[in-house]
Order: sequence, then structure tokens, then C-alpha cells
Amino acid sequence: MARGDHLVISSGDAVQPFNYAVGLHGSKFFHELKENRRIVGIKCPACGKVYTPPRRVCGDCFVENKEWLEVGPQGVIDTFTIVRYAFIDPETGKQKPVPYGYGFIRFDGADTRFQHFVELNEARPIKIGARVEPVFAEERKGTIRDILYFRILD
Amino acid sequence: MENIAIIGIGMIPIKANYKTHNFADMAWETVNAALADAGISIKDVDNVITTSNDFWDGRTISCMAVGDASGVREKNCSCVEGDGTFGAFYGMARILSGSYGTTLVTGHTKGSESISSLITNAAFDPIYERALGPDMISGCAMQARAYMEKHGLTSRQTALVSVKNHGNAKHNPYAQLPMDISVDDVLASEMIADPLRKLDCSPVSDGCCAIILANEEKAKKLCKKPVWVKGAAFTSDAYFLGDRDLADPRSLVAAAKKAYAMAGITDPTKQIDIAEVYDAFSYQELMWLEGLGICEPGQAASLLEKGDFAVNGKLPVNASGGLLSGHPVIAAGLYRIAECVRQLRGEAGAVQKDGAKTAVAQGLNGVAGQSHCVWVLGADK
Ligand SMILES: [Zn+2]
Repeated sequence: MARGDHLVISSGDAVQPFNYAVGLHGSKFFHELKENRRIVGIKCPACGKVYTPPRRVCGDCFVENKEWLEVGPQGVIDTFTIVRYAFIDPETGKQKPVPYGYGFIRFDGADTRFQHFVELNEARPIKIGARVEPVFAEERKGTIRDILYFRILD
Repeated sequence: MENIAIIGIGMIPIKANYKTHNFADMAWETVNAALADAGISIKDVDNVITTSNDFWDGRTISCMAVGDASGVREKNCSCVEGDGTFGAFYGMARILSGSYGTTLVTGHTKGSESISSLITNAAFDPIYERALGPDMISGCAMQARAYMEKHGLTSRQTALVSVKNHGNAKHNPYAQLPMDISVDDVLASEMIADPLRKLDCSPVSDGCCAIILANEEKAKKLCKKPVWVKGAAFTSDAYFLGDRDLADPRSLVAAAKKAYAMAGITDPTKQIDIAEVYDAFSYQELMWLEGLGICEPGQAASLLEKGDFAVNGKLPVNASGGLLSGHPVIAAGLYRIAECVRQLRGEAGAVQKDGAKTAVAQGLNGVAGQSHCVWVLGADK
């Protein structure tokens, strides 16, 4: 080996596939999304906070959430970004087209924020406080992609 | 709390790509630098904590690969996955348990060997979030937007952090990106994810840092210039970013309160001489200073404009150049501690704060600062 000649070895195309259990709460959330185009949340019996996406435990109270309710489907943008760097899509391994809008949406009736794509539309610019609604995929599979993106209403 | 001291520090220069070194090579040089700094041998080290992240290292139980180069044979070695400040906290707790007199704590990372956006994307929830492609940059861009909107801050104001820190880095031989830049240069740099431009973001980096902790008895016996731990605390916030008010770093506020209570600090603005904070993005330095109670929420930008946080200001912040000038994730918080130690020993050269007696170092873990670890260090016991 020549002096200063430092080798690098590539992992190649090795992948590590996983099968993530969605759990009771997520399964109900995705069932409602797929079958009924409904967004559901769950309420903490102690502090009253409504969580979307729903989950078993209120972290603030360390109490089990019990009460299911419907939220949205409209909401407001809590914060956002416009992603402009070439990003490798974790789903496809290909580069995602830029720019695209991404933000946190607070569904009407929910206390937490839900992240998703937000449309970029010159007539209705993306901003904090803008009202939005989800655009659902025609063919839904019970995944987060059953919502295509959020459309700005005002 | 029993008195604990930092008796040695070791750093290697932060670089974009250590093609010349594998992880063990980096650990070997860093550990030996820390031992030499303390003036001790590996025999004086009672136990070892290594800090790393398996995704970034591209192997499971990644800490174990640096064990030999960290002198762990026949010693109790444990691993922390997270920022180095969290590893240091565990190392300190082990001494406080009474089982050990000294702990060697290391932290390493190489951002250069993988695709950072995919690594940080994997920190998001695989059921609800990951497939949409959020990563550290887009997550923090949304935090920046929320923080700036809440306090009416402009990109021109946050850009000043980048100007200051890249300029400070010119005096730091370990920094990756020493640069003379202006606010206009930051505003002219490529937009990455609104409102963050390229020069608002820290670079992808490789690095390794080590510190050696000791109880009072060992510190007095082994070390001429120990730096004392006056207070240390960490706290966590919600995992889902959507559960947090991203503009309100409440876990940092809580960690700082606990650390200050231990250290007897009632007025951080007056009692802290120097701060090294986790400036992964320009806006974060301002937000974290407010979370650390160094000023009121929303006030850091105007104090920065006044020059308070400059090297010759009232309370120099990231005099080392900070993470904007080189960001080896995981090791990052240990570098912050090590830079505070240099200041408190009066060894910080051109950026030395005269008579620095008390310093605060901050580390964090999780996207947009889910958990924070705050260290108050003192030149005097
Ligand atoms: Zn609750």
C-alpha cells in the first residue's frame, strides 16, 4: 500500500428490513383513515389533552388515554418549512422533487400537532395560522400516505 | 453532592472526513490525549463510558468497537447512546456510587460515512412520520420558524450567530470551518429548508472527544488544575415533535434550573462567565441561551447584536466556534465541556475570557432538542 493511500469499504446495497407493529391505537387510527376518511384522536382523562396521532399514554400525566373522539379533518398550520434540498426519499431510495411544503397541522379539536406535506400554492401562500384540510388518496392502504397532502383553504 | 472534578480532556481536530482513521484510531488518539492532559496512565482509570450511535457507526453495540482503544480490558465499560454530556453524567454517577474513583468518558461519531438525512430520518416514528421524509434539518427548520415567528426575529438577526461563531473558530485549531463571513454572506447562501440557509446549518463532521472525571480524593492526588463540577442535570420532553411547543425549550429550562440549584446559581446572567451551547443551527444558540436563563425569552438576538456574546463581550458564547464550525454529533457535548475546561484553566489562548471562574456547557439529544443536559463547571471547588 502506498503511503497515504487509505482505503474505504462500502456496505453495498445491504438493507435491514423491519416489520413495525402499529399497536392498538395506531391500528384504529389507520382503519378509520382508510375506511372512513376520518381522523381520530384520544383524550387524556386527567388533563384533557387530545392526542392525534392517538397513543396509549399521556406523557404529561403518566395516565392511560381512554376516550376516543373524531378531530378535524380541517385544522391550522402551527409551523412549517419549505424543503429545498435534494432529499433521498426513505420509502423509495430515490431523490424527492423539491421544493415541497412540510408542516405541523393542529386538527380542530386536537391539542397536539400532526406532521405532513402541505401544498405550495402561489395564490394561497403557506403561513402559520392558515386553515388546511387533508386531501385523501383514492386508493388507501392504511398508511400515513393515505393522506396525500394538506390543501390550504385561505 | 460529593465533589467531582474533570482532571483531563482530549480532543482531535474536527474534520469533514477522517478517511485516514477508523473509529478505534480516533478513540486511541483522543484517549491518549486525555491521559496525557491529566498526567496519568490508563492504570489510573477505574472504569470507562463510551458514547456513540449505532446508526451513525453502521454497526450494533457500536461502543464495543472502540473498547480496546479506550483501555477497557478488565474494567467495567458501559455505553451510552446519545450526546456525550449524557455519557459524562452517567460516568459521574458511577463515581458518586462509591464504586470508582475515576471514569474515562469518550464520545465519537463520523457523519462522513453515511447519509445524515437518512440517519436522522430514522429518529422519527416509523408508523406516522418516517415515510414522509422529515429529518434533522426539516424538523429544526420548523422549530426555527416557530421560534422566530413567536418573537418576531429576522433571518438577519439569527445569521449573526453564524458570523460570530465561524469568526471565533479562526482561533481554534480543532475547528473544521473557521471563516470570515458577513451577515450578507449568510443571507446569500443556499436556502436549504426555509428559514434555514446553508450557513445557518452546522456541517457534517467527524470527531472524537474524551474527558476524565475523578472524585475529590483522586483529583487532588492526580491533578494540579482540576475543574470542578458544580452542578449537572438532564431532563427530557415528549418524543413526538408535534406534542411539544417547539418554540419553548421546556426541558432545557428544567435542566438548567436543577443544575443551577446544585451550583448555587441564582442569577445566571451575572454568575456565569462563559457558555458553550449546542448551536447545531444559528437560531438554536439564541433559543438555548434563553432556555438556560441567560436572558429572557426572545431577548438573546438583541443582546447578540449589542455584542454581549462576543469573545470580548459580557458573556462569551461559543468562543470556540461552536458546532456551526464543526458538528461531530454525539461527541459534540463533550467538546463543549472540554472547551469550558480550557477556559476555566486559562488555556483558551486568543479567545480566553479573563478570570473565567464559572462556565456552563450544554448537550442535547433528539430532534429539535428533546432532551438537554446542562453542566455548570467551576475553576474553584
Ligand atoms: Zn394528561
